[in-house]
Amino acid sequence: MPSLNVAKEHLVAVCQFLKGSEGGAYTLLTDETAADYPKRQKRFDVVYHLYSFERNNRLRLRVQVGAEEKVPSVTSVWATANWLEREIYDMFGVVYEGHPDLKRILMPDEWAGHPLRKDYDILKQDAEWVKTNLGIESGQ
Amino acid sequence: MPETTFLDANELVINMGPQHPATHGVLRVKLKLDGERVLGTECIIGYLHRGVEKIAENRTYAQFTPYVDRMDYCAAVTNGMGYVEAVEKLLGVEIPPRAQYTRMILAELQRIASHLLWLGTHALDIGAMTPVFYTFREREEILKIFEEYCGARLTTHAFRIGGLQYDLYDGFEREVVKFCDYFLPKIDEYEQLLTKNRIWIDRTRKIGVLSGEDAIALGVTGPVLRGSGVKWDIRKAQPYEAYDKVEFEVPTGEHGDTYDRYLVRMAEMRQSVRIIRQCVERLGPGPIFGKVGKVIKPPVGEVYHSIEAPKGELGYYVVSDGTVNPYRVRVRPPSFINLQALDKMSKGHLVADIVAIIGTIDIVLGEVDR
Repeated sequence: MPSLNVAKEHLVAVCQFLKGSEGGAYTLLTDETAADYPKRQKRFDVVYHLYSFERNNRLRLRVQVGAEEKVPSVTSVWATANWLEREIYDMFGVVYEGHPDLKRILMPDEWAGHPLRKDYDILKQDAEWVKTNLGIESGQ
Repeated sequence: MPETTFLDANELVINMGPQHPATHGVLRVKLKLDGERVLGTECIIGYLHRGVEKIAENRTYAQFTPYVDRMDYCAAVTNGMGYVEAVEKLLGVEIPPRAQYTRMILAELQRIASHLLWLGTHALDIGAMTPVFYTFREREEILKIFEEYCGARLTTHAFRIGGLQYDLYDGFEREVVKFCDYFLPKIDEYEQLLTKNRIWIDRTRKIGVLSGEDAIALGVTGPVLRGSGVKWDIRKAQPYEAYDKVEFEVPTGEHGDTYDRYLVRMAEMRQSVRIIRQCVERLGPGPIFGKVGKVIKPPVGEVYHSIEAPKGELGYYVVSDGTVNPYRVRVRPPSFINLQALDKMSKGHLVADIVAIIGTIDIVLGEVDR
């Protein structure tokens, strides 16, 4: 599958272009996900998988962002991105600009920590929440 | 959901709580109602979140395969197929034809089983209490075949990276063909119960309408997309295994309402029977395992592979860093993305239709939350 690296400043414009028929008619956002590479300077890799019905081919876009940076949201281009970006925010802590409703989706709203980061300690998860809500020590 | 004020006495926010007999799992839906009309819905999920993607980073590729079954627990075989194929793509391994046809037979049987469960529960939610007994009786036959093949009915762990663990047992082809012959008239029976039933048509026609463009914009795939008129099936568009060598049709609907999605899934069951018969004919003797070493260590790289699961496009994005554990496994869950369409599909309907719409999207919370 061909893969493109996109700078986050141009992300929305590139996506608009790709969605149009001259750009390849990538009308389906199959998936939007992220991966954490903590040893890199820009630790997160936000990956978009696009599909074009007309040309029947797939494309992967990649945006590299640092921990404190905000990524523009593509919900204005594909409505699918709504929940997908909420999940990336929940699991990785990547903040999206221009997202209509950015809040946690899988974890409880008041959870502290972002589970899919590589430095997330699975034996000591949000001890306070676990103690108040479940009444046990975290990591049992 | 739009803002409400305390003095808006016409608008009521009601909770369709996580424990509910018709939400197909632990799904919480906040309904904003004007009397009985739905103005908006908001889904709150995460009650069944088990952190499968995080677990994957601490297991080897082969150790992770059983976890994958437990996501969409009503269609475990296809889950396993997607993952195993993704890793095989990363490894660059070809699996022999006997294994390919066996995988296809089991996957199509699983598709029939998943649609039977869908039909029974969807009809039950709407109020037709009879079909569920018949569909579960047929599902039993399929689960018996799975049990004889791999030992488990529901969470099968049927496939291994590189091929199959177990060769077909004596009489497998005979039982599968017997099932196909037994099952085809049963679909006619279900159609006799529901398709021209006045009450069924009233409860499902024009309910939950989703146009083709909206479906594509929301990323909806699977029977929901096909019900909205978009003729797209990954088995035809980007075939995997040996789907390009068998003939079958891709049923589509016209109006994008619940009734059309029902017709699409019924037709899909018939097509699955057709695929199974063709695969059984082409099953020849041969090895069932490709060339995979004892230790699975794919080269550094990433792959995205998707299959047509009964619920939609099930994709796996696997990133490998050259060690025995995957660096990142992302599951593209069809139910999660299809569930986003609930808000759009339910505006303007009555509360009773919400149950029909949740049923027609065919979600499994294990997959929504992972």
